Amino acid sequence: MGNLIWILLSAMVVNNFTLALFLGLCPFMGVSARVATALRMGLANIFVLLITSLCAWFLNTYVLAHAPYLRTICFIVVIASLVQIVEMTIKKVSPVLFRELGIFLPLITTNCAILGLAIFQTNRGYGFLEGIFFALGAGLGLTLALVLMASIRESSETADVPAIAKGMALVLIIAGSLSLAFMGFAGLLSSS
Amino acid sequence: MRQTTPGHDFLRGIWRENPVLIHMLGLCPALAVTNTVENSLAMGVATFFVLCGSSLLVSLCRKFIPNAVRISTFILIIATFVTIADMSLEAIVPTVHKALGAFIALIVVNCMILGRQEAFASKRPVGRAMLDAVGTGFGFIIALFMMGAVREVLGNGTFLGYSVFGESYEPWVVMVLPPGGFLTLGFLLLAIHWLQRRRAQRRDAETEGELVARERAA
Repeated sequence: MGNLIWILLSAMVVNNFTLALFLGLCPFMGVSARVATALRMGLANIFVLLITSLCAWFLNTYVLAHAPYLRTICFIVVIASLVQIVEMTIKKVSPVLFRELGIFLPLITTNCAILGLAIFQTNRGYGFLEGIFFALGAGLGLTLALVLMASIRESSETADVPAIAKGMALVLIIAGSLSLAFMGFAGLLSSS
Repeated sequence: MRQTTPGHDFLRGIWRENPVLIHMLGLCPALAVTNTVENSLAMGVATFFVLCGSSLLVSLCRKFIPNAVRISTFILIIATFVTIADMSLEAIVPTVHKALGAFIALIVVNCMILGRQEAFASKRPVGRAMLDAVGTGFGFIIALFMMGAVREVLGNGTFLGYSVFGESYEPWVVMVLPPGGFLTLGFLLLAIHWLQRRRAQRRDAETEGELVARERAA
């Protein structure tokens, strides 16, 4: 159990997907202007990551053991189609949830965080439960980074920024400082 | 469809519409693997190969790909070329392949490549599509090279492994760590915006000067 908690914590803060591994940057830059949107995006991400982890575990155990060279193709095709199916199911079963997550689901599918999770999980040889906790940690970490970023951006909106720094340059420098702050968590792993 | 000249198709991606520095596409590899010049160049070349290969194939098959499933088809084609690049790198330069790790497979989800297929290669003849792919690919390599050069020189005091500042230089370790990636790109963008603004201001000053001169002449 302790091992699983470490996997979750490590993926969430120490090796945060966005701030330490640069995965899922598109939503991080694009959808981080409002806290409410960022939170929803984060939830949709957790959801898709969990599905991906299940998929990757299934593929690794039953398919890719026989044909390892198909890994990249297999992951992207299976994950993309599964997310599409899940999206249609949600639309049918729970229109409220669909409205909450709706637009974000297809966007997330071609996000590097999703494929990254599947590949890291494979490289590290995680089993079923470990994979689930890894996905949960990664998703929580993405949500945390998104919400932090959105709240900083919301409050920096009224700040007096030099004209050349407006837009992406400012966002990147804020992200750099956040990433610097998250490096402090590295001590968590080495001291254990 | 806007008409463009072949030269414009080629040059556009290199600087004026640089995928990383202007359009902010393909940020994930541009930040993740640019801690040394060698890694940046390897990533740039691998992406260049995938982009050219998929543009060629997509452009060749553009009449046969049904519109409804075009995105999935593009992704399949890209994934095929990424697998080729992955295996070739592993065979030719195993140390670089190890340093780049999972990020080679992640070329599949580089939005720059899918973007070029959807916006350009799927609608144009093969020659134009190749020109565009080569131009955009060079733009990507240039952007990665700039990032890698800044980060390696400041963070390690070396360039391609050769010492730049000599023994007494205290490296800025943060530049080769993840925060350095964000900061380097942030400051590169600042520099580019500053240059653009200065150029615009100079152009304004010139036209104003011309107006004044014309008024005097009149």
